[in-house]
Amino acid sequence: MENKTIIAETNSKSLSLAGVGEASYIDLYKQHHESIKKHSAAVMNDSRDASFALFEELRFPTTALENYKYSDLKAALAIDYGLNINRIPIPVNPYDVFKCDVPGIQSYLFFVVNDAFYPTMDTKALKLPEGVIIGSLKEIAETRPELLKEYYGKLSTSKKDGLVAFNGAFAQDGFFMYVPKNVQLTKPVQLVNIMRSDVDFMANSHNLIILEEGAKAQLLVCDHTVDEVRFLSNRVTEVFVGEHATYEHYKLENTHTKTTNLSTLLIDQRASSNVIANVITLHNGVTRNTVEIDLDGEHCETQLCGMVIGDKNQQVDNFTSIIHNKPNCNSHELFKYVLDGFAKGGFTGKLLVAKDAQKTTAFQTNRNILLNKTAKMRTKPQLEIYADDVKCSHGATIGSLDETAKFYMQSRGISEPEARLLLMFAFTNDVIEFIRIPALQDRIKMLVEKRLRGELSKCEGCVICQ
Amino acid sequence: MLEIKNLHANINGKEIIKGLSLTVNAGEIHAIMGPNGAGKSTLSSVLTGNPAFTVTEGQVTFNGKNLLELTPEDRSREGIFLSFQYPVEIPGVSMVNFMRTAVNEHRKYKNLDPISATDFLRLMREKKELVEMDNKLANRSVNEGFSGGEKKRNEIFQMAMLNPLLSILDETDSGLDIDALRIVANGVNKLKSPDNASIVITHYQRLLDYIIPDFVHVLYDGRIVKSGGKELAYELEERGYDWIKKEVEEAAI
Repeated sequence: MENKTIIAETNSKSLSLAGVGEASYIDLYKQHHESIKKHSAAVMNDSRDASFALFEELRFPTTALENYKYSDLKAALAIDYGLNINRIPIPVNPYDVFKCDVPGIQSYLFFVVNDAFYPTMDTKALKLPEGVIIGSLKEIAETRPELLKEYYGKLSTSKKDGLVAFNGAFAQDGFFMYVPKNVQLTKPVQLVNIMRSDVDFMANSHNLIILEEGAKAQLLVCDHTVDEVRFLSNRVTEVFVGEHATYEHYKLENTHTKTTNLSTLLIDQRASSNVIANVITLHNGVTRNTVEIDLDGEHCETQLCGMVIGDKNQQVDNFTSIIHNKPNCNSHELFKYVLDGFAKGGFTGKLLVAKDAQKTTAFQTNRNILLNKTAKMRTKPQLEIYADDVKCSHGATIGSLDETAKFYMQSRGISEPEARLLLMFAFTNDVIEFIRIPALQDRIKMLVEKRLRGELSKCEGCVICQ
Repeated sequence: MLEIKNLHANINGKEIIKGLSLTVNAGEIHAIMGPNGAGKSTLSSVLTGNPAFTVTEGQVTFNGKNLLELTPEDRSREGIFLSFQYPVEIPGVSMVNFMRTAVNEHRKYKNLDPISATDFLRLMREKKELVEMDNKLANRSVNEGFSGGEKKRNEIFQMAMLNPLLSILDETDSGLDIDALRIVANGVNKLKSPDNASIVITHYQRLLDYIIPDFVHVLYDGRIVKSGGKELAYELEERGYDWIKKEVEEAAI
């Protein structure tokens, strides 16, 4: 049996012979599970073998599965990636590489390099409010196991999903955030994920975010790749939003075309909580975003939105699920795609309203513009409504740019390319409007405009920071 | 300024303009009247380069340039402006952004630097007053949620901002109440100068009470069949178009 590449103890470049495919990962786990566990924490290890067994059963998802119909991951998963099981520190100082500040944004800034939480230089200087804990999941699992025990894996381990199970088996660290009861973070927390490696590389990170009753936090997750090698990131994020808590999650992806970004965001909302999740794919290779939001209390408010700008051979699939388990909740979902070149887009909007979830309001919209005949979009609203006193709607459209509007603009002297640009920008604008951090909103407007003008055709490091 | 000779144009193979000729000089206001389906709006579409229409024959020159060779945006930059019969709503594009882009594209064409923020705001304010446009409208998306009257006012506002040599007002009076009509006409009259010209396309004579034309042309079946002074408009108002149709048919025999 071939051996999977493991970043070696002494030199990150000395690699063992590579194996490819699921079998090699299964083999890797069987041979090295002790090392994986040794470099992780007990709380994470408790469910590790079970996750592995589940992965052995489920394997990597293929397009034959209904939930992965629009995600063709075969080629991306067949690449031989290295894994950093022995947690060799990656020689990079993100603070040097990235002067990461959206102009005007005052944020608590943290880095995850590949799948390891990068130790913050001076935690005290951040002046986090009393009781707030932000740091490495692995470290906090060791120092505060009781805090994690109640939450870790509670949303993810029950998922019958090959990628989530794989993450459960291989993830050793990640980002952790805990905001205690009635504490409100006044500045957004910015988490920059940097992919940095000399060889093709796979990172499995597990993020855990806990907001207790009445807490408030905004998290901005930026995904960037630094090196020209092929990356695969398989990330699971679990979010627990307590009663009357407010949580905003912005995920901004700006990675290069050799990146495969697999992200599963699982959110549990308790009564009267308020959640915004906004998933923006500005530039990428192959991306699969799974967002599942469970409304487990009455009077929840949920705003789930996203935007995709794709060209070349980029592939983006957003699989979303909102489950109304309790009455009197409102959810709004809005996704917009602009596709050019040979880009492929996929969208699934699953909405389930349980029998008891009366007085539910749920609106879902997915609008797409194809700029040529070679770009492809597939969209699927999937509504299952078991309650009888609800207001639900859905709409999906695939079209081209409005020619009448374009001519109107041209007749005012605006050139055809500029008119197209203004229309595309206008099309995506309402997704940006849902961002509640003004400085971020301005920055994303600028980035979207640059992207639509073709000036972001290649991701060179952290554009958000330049 | 504008010279149209024997113009023929069709849409989807159906000929609408069938040999139209017209000359417009600087300082003149021409009214084009005619029954429904005569080709009035097609004429404005062809002059502004709407890609839905195909010109099959004839010439159009604008200040010596072959207009038909120019893109719609270059026609605008050369100084042609169309006030649309049905202004288009563009959700998500703010009036401010739209106007600034248009003004700067015009300036770029003339090798001028982009307008400064203060000059632009001053220009906006000045021209808004001209058509008594609500400040709030300028902050909204282009025409989105505007009433019929507000849309027409917005057309004249844009005209004022771009200061064209030739403005074509396509049924600008349709859907306007008397106050809006007065404001719109007032705006047009204030913009009139010896250097520019207007073509006013209308079905009814009432707009011509406010915008006094130098010439009135009757368009029927794709051709100008009768021309005269402003008194022709009153005659049409009184007698309708049937006598014109009759005259044309008799002439054909």
